[in-house]
Amino acid sequence: MKRIAGMAIAVLFAACTASTPGATTSEPTPTTPSTKAIAEAVYPVTIEASNGPVTLAAKPQAIVSLSPTATEMLFAVGAGSEVVAVDEFSYFPAEAPVTELSGFAPNVEAIAAYEPDFVVLADDIDGVVGSLTDLGIPTVQMSGLEVQTLDDVYAQIRALGMAVGHGIEAEELIVDMKASIEESLASVEPRETPLTYYHELDSTFYTVTSSTFIGHLYSLFGLENIADPADVDGASFGYPQLSEEYILEADPDFIFLTDCCGDTIQTISARPGWDDLSAIRASAVVVFDDDVSSRWGPRLVEFMRGIARAVSEKDPT
Amino acid sequence: MTTAMVPSRLRPGWILGSLGLLVGAIAVAAAVGPAQIRAWDAVAALIDRLPFVALDTGLTDRQSDILWLVRFPRIVLGGLVGAMLAMAGAAYQGVFRNPLADPYLLGVAAGAGLGATFVIVTGAGLPLPVAAFGGAVLAVVLTYGLGRTVRSRSTTSLVLAGVAVASFLTALQTYVQQLNAETVREVFAWILGRLSTNGWDEVIMVLPYVAVSAGTLFLHRRLLDALALGDEEAAGLGVPVRRVRLVVVAAATLGTAVAVAVGGLIGFVGIIVPHTIRLLAGSSYRIVLPLAAVAGAAFLVAADLVARTVMAPAELPIGVVTAFLGGPFFVLVLRTTRGVA
Repeated sequence: MKRIAGMAIAVLFAACTASTPGATTSEPTPTTPSTKAIAEAVYPVTIEASNGPVTLAAKPQAIVSLSPTATEMLFAVGAGSEVVAVDEFSYFPAEAPVTELSGFAPNVEAIAAYEPDFVVLADDIDGVVGSLTDLGIPTVQMSGLEVQTLDDVYAQIRALGMAVGHGIEAEELIVDMKASIEESLASVEPRETPLTYYHELDSTFYTVTSSTFIGHLYSLFGLENIADPADVDGASFGYPQLSEEYILEADPDFIFLTDCCGDTIQTISARPGWDDLSAIRASAVVVFDDDVSSRWGPRLVEFMRGIARAVSEKDPT
Repeated sequence: MTTAMVPSRLRPGWILGSLGLLVGAIAVAAAVGPAQIRAWDAVAALIDRLPFVALDTGLTDRQSDILWLVRFPRIVLGGLVGAMLAMAGAAYQGVFRNPLADPYLLGVAAGAGLGATFVIVTGAGLPLPVAAFGGAVLAVVLTYGLGRTVRSRSTTSLVLAGVAVASFLTALQTYVQQLNAETVREVFAWILGRLSTNGWDEVIMVLPYVAVSAGTLFLHRRLLDALALGDEEAAGLGVPVRRVRLVVVAAATLGTAVAVAVGGLIGFVGIIVPHTIRLLAGSSYRIVLPLAAVAGAAFLVAADLVARTVMAPAELPIGVVTAFLGGPFFVLVLRTTRGVA
């Protein structure tokens, strides 16, 4: 993904300095190029995506997003008015045009019916990327599986912003996100012995290790994941199912839940043996919006703020 | 069908042997687990709970909680589920005179799966085991209703009705699951089988059903032997064939439904355990039913031990373990005891 960032910037510069072959828009004036001029001058633009390089001949006017994360990115970079349809789970922001399109079981005909000139999705299921490309629809895959660090997130925002002609806003969004996340990280005092945490995905004790993107975010705060010994060889791809007795024995300092399954500090403290866990006694249980903690988009800043608040409220020991 | 040739009395050696196996499995399962508790302390904590015994275990409160609220209930639940599935499997094989009959023959698994998926997907206030149980019973009632409308005296119509109901309910379950892709992991986790306990709640919940079901099957062990001769012959001996069949199927279904409700779809136990007993000890139901209960319990306790230790502190679905251990073991028994059955 780092490659994408490099490519995207290279393309941006190439477009600004050299004349773009086939571009019908007027060249930006060399003295003071307005943001508008730069944004429009880049076409045709080639961005590097999970499905390889994708070239767009013109600024998309009818965007379909099958990825809730990409939808959030598109609206955050100001491309919302060009979005004509989004998948069933892209209900953020509220003005996103939610349809019955599915990113998990994509239907090429149903997508094509919206006559998109640009499709973005997270997963290439049933060869949907190839099918859409065959129909002449520029299709970009922005896979969550390739996101390892915040830089990978920024690279996707940058590439997507470039693709839809909102490169400048994308850069501004990245700057804002970086500042906010820096602030969150700075608000946490470093500790000699690291605090430990357990991030519960569901009530069957599925969790994440530090090798996942979300686990990486926790480790930026110096937190130690109790699940790391459960997937040393990566056989569970960073998503092991823990034994309950192990969780009780590990006694994490924090328990992070998502609002997927209706669990709260009350419900988990009612689990046998859980009521005297340190995290529960100290009320160090945080419930995250499931969408915020499972998407790698602009709302990551909220997730990082949530962790920062929990960690800084913890008494120094 | 000469029953005289087949041993029909349960020899004490087999009882003692299988009980020994069960006690051994429980002891090892109690001693070993992902939490770093010394094996002897854990076993001592188990023995300490026996009446009239008091041992100083030297465990911290947390360790006692882990053992008493997490590890032990799971062992007991595994034993109950294993015993129930093995007995139900044996009973189905007897009633349908079909060696491939398993506890899920009449659509129990599909019905329970639909009930469980529905609860997981909707987050409805209903506890998952209750929904799975309801779905399982509903499926078998459907199967029975369909099977009876076909005018046939054989059990074939019932088995075929089970196939039809199972595929229909599985289709429904898959549809509900696909509509809610975000809960797929939870649904699959349940389908692969998992002995999840909420303290002793599940054990207390299943205990009365297991007692009724296992008791009923045990009382019918002689009638099942008569049924093995064939419907005509059994009727000639004065056995009320239809009634016996209905009662046995109902009891086995009840037991299976409650086992599935708390353990998910744990495969192979209901086929492998009874057949292993038949091959080793004899095929009379006076032998098979009691031994299958004990050996099934031991097998599932051991399988769950593997499930929670082989990748510790991560877990493996128990259905994977039963299939992985059960398959080869069964082939071994088949090859070494040729001719006994």
